[in-house]
Amino acid sequence: MVMDKNNKNFQTSKPKSMMGRRAFVATTLAAGASLGLAAERSSQIQSDEPKKGGTLRVGFTQGALSDSTDPASFNNDFMFAYAYGVFNGLTEIAPSGELVPELALQWQASPDARIWTFQLRRGIQFHNGKDFVAADVVATINHHRHINSTSSAKPLVADIVRVTALDPHTVVMELGSGNADFPFIFSQYNLVIHPALGDSIDVTSMNGTGPYEAKIFDPGVRAVYQRNPNYWKPGRAHLDSVEIILVADPAARLSALITGAVDLIDRPDLKTLHLLKRHPSVRVEQTVGNKHYTLPMLSDIAPFTNNDVRMALKHSIDREEMVDKILKGCGVVGNDHPIGPTVPFFNSDLPQRSYDPDKGRFYLNRAGLKTLDVKLHMADVSWGNDSVKAGVLFSESSAKAGINLQVLREPNDGYWSNVWMKKSFCGSYSGGRPTADWAFTTTYARGVSWNESHWDHSRFNQLLVAARSELNQALRGEMYYEMQGLVRDEGSTIIPMFGNYVLAMNKHVRHTEKIASNWDLDGQRFMERWWLDA
Amino acid sequence: MDSVLWNVGGWTHDRNTVYELFWGGVAMKAILIMVLQRLGLGMLTLFIVSVIIFSAVELLPGDLAQEILGQSATPETVAAFRAELGLDEPAVQRYGQWLLNVVSGDFGHSLANGRAISELLASRVGNTLFLAAYAAIIAVPLSLILGILTALYRNSWFDRSVNVLTLSSISFPEFFIAYILILAFAVKIPLFPSLANIYPDTPFLDMLYRATLPVMTLVMVVVAHMMRMTRAAIINVLASPYVEMARLKGISPFRVIVKHALPNALAPIINVIALNLAYLVVGVVVVEVVFVYPGLGQLLVDSVSKRDVTVVQAVSLIFAATFILLNLVADVLAIVTNPRLLNPR
Repeated sequence: MVMDKNNKNFQTSKPKSMMGRRAFVATTLAAGASLGLAAERSSQIQSDEPKKGGTLRVGFTQGALSDSTDPASFNNDFMFAYAYGVFNGLTEIAPSGELVPELALQWQASPDARIWTFQLRRGIQFHNGKDFVAADVVATINHHRHINSTSSAKPLVADIVRVTALDPHTVVMELGSGNADFPFIFSQYNLVIHPALGDSIDVTSMNGTGPYEAKIFDPGVRAVYQRNPNYWKPGRAHLDSVEIILVADPAARLSALITGAVDLIDRPDLKTLHLLKRHPSVRVEQTVGNKHYTLPMLSDIAPFTNNDVRMALKHSIDREEMVDKILKGCGVVGNDHPIGPTVPFFNSDLPQRSYDPDKGRFYLNRAGLKTLDVKLHMADVSWGNDSVKAGVLFSESSAKAGINLQVLREPNDGYWSNVWMKKSFCGSYSGGRPTADWAFTTTYARGVSWNESHWDHSRFNQLLVAARSELNQALRGEMYYEMQGLVRDEGSTIIPMFGNYVLAMNKHVRHTEKIASNWDLDGQRFMERWWLDA
Repeated sequence: MDSVLWNVGGWTHDRNTVYELFWGGVAMKAILIMVLQRLGLGMLTLFIVSVIIFSAVELLPGDLAQEILGQSATPETVAAFRAELGLDEPAVQRYGQWLLNVVSGDFGHSLANGRAISELLASRVGNTLFLAAYAAIIAVPLSLILGILTALYRNSWFDRSVNVLTLSSISFPEFFIAYILILAFAVKIPLFPSLANIYPDTPFLDMLYRATLPVMTLVMVVVAHMMRMTRAAIINVLASPYVEMARLKGISPFRVIVKHALPNALAPIINVIALNLAYLVVGVVVVEVVFVYPGLGQLLVDSVSKRDVTVVQAVSLIFAATFILLNLVADVLAIVTNPRLLNPR
């Protein structure tokens, strides 16, 4: 068997050392310092000792009647919370941004990072008492990589050639090509482990190994979760129960919090945030996240084929003003590459690009143009309700560089099918990815289906493949640094800003000092990590 | 005791005479035939509605696969999705299949999450009807009483202030009224909850309490229409000779209105009430969203945005049937209260 032959050559990598611990801390510190923006939190509210008990009631924005328990279909916060509340993944992204083991105990890669062996935790049971074994992992992964799979995680697992259960507690995965960040994908909400049912999984079952059991699951309305008394993870799952109510209307969400109908709401209305902060019983918190707003230009369509034109546009957008007026200050300026400040290998040496219409005009002249006429297509789904306003701001700031930018409002319906990647210049966003490779591979690699700018840069693509299978962290770091520079200076996407995750809650809601930033609400793991003080 | 006078064909008759003339004849049969005809036409209407709705959903950009997958749609997952749900078949074929199932009594499953539509609808139909009935029980008597009183004291300060108030409340958008009520009665004076989240296990009294604010909103929105129609219809009848006759007999103004004018004014009032009841069932999406009330409106909006055509069809048919049935009931009631309508000249 392939495995036995290669076994002695396996390089053991401790889970935490996906990136050197020291390197990571240094990066994060540098990021924090350069941004001068730590999470906005008053210190007196943090209590060190989590308390057991209580019911946390949460008002959620996202969630729909059409939501289904099929992990292939998870696509909103309601389902992300369900995934991390009821199930566990093989791996978990810790509040620090590091990858830590969850249902996997540890893992090893072959020297070319192509064959991965996961040792699974023993003695863990699903809610119905069934033991967690390797067959469950195989079935879960196959559900997403199945030929007829409709999973949004299909591109993530597409490179897996073979998944085999070596014994009940060992799974071996063979990839088509090396990927040093491979274990990261198992922290994705889609890939939480479901019990096997024959070759596949039962998509209607809500039977997981996670901290909570779903007592009531009514998509589009609410969900009630109760603590799993046999939860295996120590020091987690403090709350007796969690009730999530869907309150899509921002004003209704706000009044629900103020009247005490819920303890916590996500996405409070940014326009009234300054007023909400004054309320004596409400606490507003922000986390710098990886979510970023993008303006992809199709690099294979004129005038965007010319990098000087793209650079002219990149210099003509007033990022500070956008953060100020569109995000109401709840965000940070972007530097035209998708790597967020909390992601490992964030390049803090790159100078921040700022608004400079003279430079914009310079690049325009270098492209042999006096003026430039472009149309920017925006819809509310692209950047939120202020998308078109953001476009108008850009139009005003770019006029000073001699650019005539016309903003066109597009309908929300079918935006991602008919406008995005079809019109040469439009608005889009990305929820952010926990690793540089993931972010680059999904959106900037040659020919991938989400390459929203049709960008094809040979040096970049070469580095991407080389870095992916490189297990030497220092070498990888160098490559990712260079790639961030390439996307910034030669890429075909303007990334003016990163949005913060904003939450509002009453004073009883508690959590650890640092919370995760890979998704909203502590990486959507608030159910097992947070507690109530009374 | 004064006898009730009816104005039939320009002649004033005693009510008993009229009833004998009417019910003794072929009236009952005529009404029955009309009801059957209207039900038959109603089925045809439902069929046409289903065709229009289906085509409208087809015409919207994007399909279920693209809307569900959103930004993460790749060509191959979209294709797999379509193949799995049969979305790649021609529209006519899909509609035919759906129609066959419905005719055999099976509304099918939601395309988006595979739940049975009967299960999806069960609690929501109940919730929507509960909210509509709750609002109607308050709004209908209130507007009738206000209409009668304003007709009685027309052009007085009372009449004018009631008109100004009801017209103002109908003129504001619903969500604005809802926010004002939330601010006043949930935030400033915490009497009622701002979330009307009722569930299948909520006790009835609790349901009444939690639905207070949405019901107040709906009442404010529908009262003006019904009250103004009552007032106008009564005032219209008050100009007829038989009312003058009643006055000359020395009957009190209140009695003239309630006993003599109102029965003859009922037909238009009943029609307006039916329209408003239908509105309370089908038109409360905004109120549902603001108060987070789990009704049919939200289900329809959600399903349209996901292109979940089977659910859209089911909800639309319920809405259309509501309109058809309420209009039918209104017409039958109008005829019962005013037999002349059966024989239009």
